[in-house]
Amino acid sequence: MIFISYFLIAAGTFFFATATIGILRFPDCYTRMHAAGKGDTLGALLLLTGLSLYNLHDGFSLASFFVSFKILFIAVFIFVANPTAGHAIVKAALDAGVEPWTGKEGEK
Amino acid sequence: MENFFLIVSLALGFLTLLTLYRAVAGPTIVDRIIATGVIGTKTTIILLLMGFIYGRVDMFVDIAIAYALLSFIATLAAAKFFRHRKSIVPRGKQLGEKGTGA
Repeated sequence: MIFISYFLIAAGTFFFATATIGILRFPDCYTRMHAAGKGDTLGALLLLTGLSLYNLHDGFSLASFFVSFKILFIAVFIFVANPTAGHAIVKAALDAGVEPWTGKEGEK
Repeated sequence: MENFFLIVSLALGFLTLLTLYRAVAGPTIVDRIIATGVIGTKTTIILLLMGFIYGRVDMFVDIAIAYALLSFIATLAAAKFFRHRKSIVPRGKQLGEKGTGA
């Protein structure tokens, strides 16, 4: 069980790294939101699930069960809230008239 | 195992510094809001890892819950505030009025 949690934490860190590379390298705010929304949500979900499993590995008591339940609540909340925030940001950008990136010629 | 959590939180702090570049030097306000949201998510995870390192997860998990809620509210408020503002785009780069400026 502890090796599963180690694997989940390492995978979450990897997905956070890919999301950061996408935010740094993509040319547009829409593509940056694409990288940030998916990579960040999946990385946070994997990391929080791994931490919640690790919290249960030594001795099952009611207090540690509640702490793990709270960590899973954070995971579910981030899984709902992060795409909502991404949708709101991109809709604000589209309403304000930010021009999408259309190839190398459109780049200034 | 505390060493593992320390390495993971150091890696997340380094990634937060890399994201901070986009928050400082982003061309539009939208990029800054995106980078701030990503930094908020990473800070929630780093708070939980700090709880595991110090052995006080039962206290740090409540702080992490409060931080996640506040980060979400802040992102939504910033997106709603900048929704109909033309100042979100650099001058002269808006849709339909290229070159003329705001």
